[in-house]
Parts: sequence; C-alpha cells; structure tokens
Amino acid sequence: MNGTIAMITFRAMLGRKRALLLLGLPLLLLVLAVGLRATGNDDLDVSAQTLQRFGLATLLPLLALIAGTGVIGPEIDDGQIMYVLTKPIRREVIVLTKLVVAIVLVTVFAVVPTLLAGLVLAGTTAGLTPAFTVGVLVGGFAYSAVFVALAVASRNAVTIGLLYALVWESLLGSFAPGAKSASIQQWCLSITDALTDASPVRSSVDLPVAVTLLIAVTAVATFLAAFRLRSLPVASAD
Amino acid sequence: MSELILENVSRWYGNVVAVNGVSMRIGPGVTGLLGPNGAGKSTLIHMMGGFLAPSSGSVTLDGTPIWRNPGVYRRLGLVPERETAYDFLTGEQFIVAMAKLHKLPDPVAAARRAIGLVEMEYAAGRPIGTYSKGMKQRIKMASALVHDPPVLLLDEPFNGMDPRQRLQLMDLITRMAGEGRTILFSSHILEEVERLASHIEVIVAGRHAASGDFRKIRRLMTDRPHIFLVRSSDDRRLAAAVIADGSARSVQLTDKGLRIEAVDFQRFTWLLPQVSRDAGVRLWEVSPADESLESVFSYLVAR
Repeated sequence: MNGTIAMITFRAMLGRKRALLLLGLPLLLLVLAVGLRATGNDDLDVSAQTLQRFGLATLLPLLALIAGTGVIGPEIDDGQIMYVLTKPIRREVIVLTKLVVAIVLVTVFAVVPTLLAGLVLAGTTAGLTPAFTVGVLVGGFAYSAVFVALAVASRNAVTIGLLYALVWESLLGSFAPGAKSASIQQWCLSITDALTDASPVRSSVDLPVAVTLLIAVTAVATFLAAFRLRSLPVASAD
Repeated sequence: MSELILENVSRWYGNVVAVNGVSMRIGPGVTGLLGPNGAGKSTLIHMMGGFLAPSSGSVTLDGTPIWRNPGVYRRLGLVPERETAYDFLTGEQFIVAMAKLHKLPDPVAAARRAIGLVEMEYAAGRPIGTYSKGMKQRIKMASALVHDPPVLLLDEPFNGMDPRQRLQLMDLITRMAGEGRTILFSSHILEEVERLASHIEVIVAGRHAASGDFRKIRRLMTDRPHIFLVRSSDDRRLAAAVIADGSARSVQLTDKGLRIEAVDFQRFTWLLPQVSRDAGVRLWEVSPADESLESVFSYLVAR
C-alpha cells in the first residue's frame, strides 16, 4: 500500500465526470427503495428481488467495472503510469494500492447504498439487509480484482468487462446453468443465501465452492495484474 | 559517474525490426540520440528506461540490467515524450508526490529544489492542466530531477517549446552535464543536437549509423561531397583555378559567391588557400554550406 499513489488515484477518480457516474447508480437504487417503501410495495419478496436484481446484479458489477478499470486504465492509456513505474516501488505494491482504492470506492458507492436501500426496504427482517451487504462487499473484492487485472492486461477492459457482466452473467446465466455457476454474481448470491432465511434468495452454487472460487479468483487476478505490470509494454511513439 | 551500456541490442515487433544490433556506451556529458522520425529512437530510449525488454542483447546501467529492475530508478531520471502529467494536481503537488514515491527524506525541500532548477516557481501553485506545452515539459523535467539522479534520459525534450524556453532548457541540460551527470536526449531537430551535444549517436532505420563528435562524424564521410560557400576578390578566376585543380566536382557562380562541391574534404580545405594564392585571388570567406545534420542524415539514409 502506497499513500501517495492512493492519493493521486482518489483525486483522479473523484475529480472526473466519472464521479457523477459513480454517484448516479447508487442514487437510483436509493430512490427506487424509497419509492417502493412509500407506495407500500416493500414486502420481503419485492425487497429481496430489488436488492438482488438492482443491488447485487447491476449496481455492484457496474460500479466495480467503473472503479476497477478507472483506477489504472486511463493512466496506462495516456502514459501517466510512467511516473509511477519510474520509481523504485515494487509492482505488487502499485497493484495492491490500486485495488484497495477500487475496493474503497465500491464500498462507498455500492456496499453502503445497498445497506441503506436494505434498511429502507426490509429493515432488519430475516437478516436480508446484512446478508446482501456482506454479499455485495465480498463481490466488490472479487469484481475489483478482476477488473483491475483486465485494465492492466487490455485496452478494451471496459468493453470486455461489460460483456462479461451483462452478457455472460445476466443473459447466458438465465439460459445456461453452466454459465450461471461460473459467475461472481452467483458466488456472492450463495454467500447472501447462507446468511438470510428469506426464501426468495436462492443460489445455484454451494457455499464452500462459492467461497473457494471467490478467494481464488481474487488472488489469481491480483497476481496476474502485478505480473503483467512488471512488463507493461509502452506503446512506442515511433 | 554513471555509464549506460547497450550491447548488441535488437528489438522487434512481430516481423518488424525497430532496432537492429545496436551497441553503444553513454558516459558523462550530453549525448544526443539523433535520427529521423521512426528511426527507433523512442524504442531505444524505452529500453534504456526499462519500459521495453530488448528482444536480444543487453541494456545495463553501471553493470546492472535495467529491464525488470525498479531499483535502477534511484539512479535514473526519465522524461517521457508524451506531455501528459497529472493535470488535476498543481505543479508543486505533482513534484512533491514524485519525491514521496522516491521515498526521499525531505520530499517538500527536494520538490522546491527541482522546481527551482527548471524555474517554475511562479506557476508551482497552478494545476498542471493550465500549463502551456513548454511549462509541462519543464515540470516533467523537474519530476525526473527531483531525486537528483546521475543519469537522465530525455525523449524529445524540446518538442513544443518556444525559442526562449528552448534556450533555458539547453542551459539547464548543459549545467546538469557540467555536474558530471550522464544525459541522453533524443531529437530529430538538428540545431538542438548540434548546439547541445558533445557526443552524438546517429540512428537510421533501426541501425546505429554513426557515433562520435558531430564534426568528426562528418569528416569520416570523406567519400561524401562537401559543399562550401566561398567569397573572394575574383570569383570567376577562383572558379577556373579550382576546376583546373581537380579537387572539386563542380563550381557554381551565385550572387553570394562561389558554391563549390568538393570531392575530398581534407584535400580541398588544404588546397584551396594554395590554389587561390597561386591564382592571385584573395579569399574573403570560406564556409561549409551543408555542415548541418540534415545533410548528414540524408547522406546516411541514402547510403
């Protein structure tokens, strides 16, 4: 962890128009929650569906995509990363710092809003709110690690990430059961499922498998990002 | 005193060879890396700066390899060609951050010193996004100098600078070199290299075309015709004498005097005074007309 890199990254992330993007989605979730509550549509079933569909399956991957790719992708694209790479700092430290910043951003803009939306919708009923909060938090680690690695590895990280989150997890997941099991979303849902007795929350992946895969994916992605950054090719101007 | 050594370095991208078997030693003083655009200068600098692995050969700084060795940046400062810095930071914040990344004992003092070196104190409090190209170039220079490295690599440092800023930066580079630093800068602009570098490495089409003092390199090419402008008391008589002597390939009468294409540089410079004395002509001015890097380039490229 390097404080200077973290400071620069936070300023870059929160100073751009990207910050509005970060803020928009969670606001939408909160407005939705308050709306449902005000119109009396806040039974357990609807609340669970809202938190799952909007919080865990949409807000989380999109926020993690914006934060995970945003902490390092633009810096690589416009060459600013040179200023960090030409310092006697281990590449692992750079990647870990970027990852921590992404996780902090995901926590502020996805985990906390999920918690607030849960409290508005279901209060503490059936442990629904803490279960989703933990699920989104754990998912935030895994998604951030994957998207940071993707941003280091490819200039098309955002496109690839969107394809993964929207096409693979959401679309294919509803048709092919196999694809469903190989998705961060389902692993997080498995953890949420284990923490709440609300019946609408069901995951197709067993808890031990989900936990193992989440840890493995986070660790492998972080390692790959650091490895790749050690030999980051710089686009030659020649 | 630090020395950067390239040994038989090649770099290729797929089937394209960008740098081909280059060996050079870069020691203290200013070295100009010169070549037309696309010659492989940036690829070379990127390898010297540790951003590209050589496909074959080795790049070392005082005996330690540069590739995958972040520790080398304690002794190396690099000014990248691209003008992006962190636009949202002020000049001072940027340099202090760089000093902190170097883990210097007193980052604020080091930053002040570096900003002072490039004479940017007056704008240090402004965001970099509001800087002109030349100011950005100088703040980038400060970022490379903040840890007082013995070796400096500058990729096209004069791009986008106005003449005054150019002179300032040239002064700064000359001063740094005077302190015993090893400085390498790349350029495709001839006057810059000519004015600044004591030593020149010429890269043409990925190959190391020449190395040494600019004028020496020029002299080495004795098989190349050299053009001189000569003014004298009687241009016509001198023209006839020079042609008769045989040391010139062609002589042209112009408004400004004679334009003589000499076959052999040394022979011509040695013979011209004799020829003119024998012909009874006074020489007023003898100046090499193409003693510019442009002509060296075009010659090397054509060869």
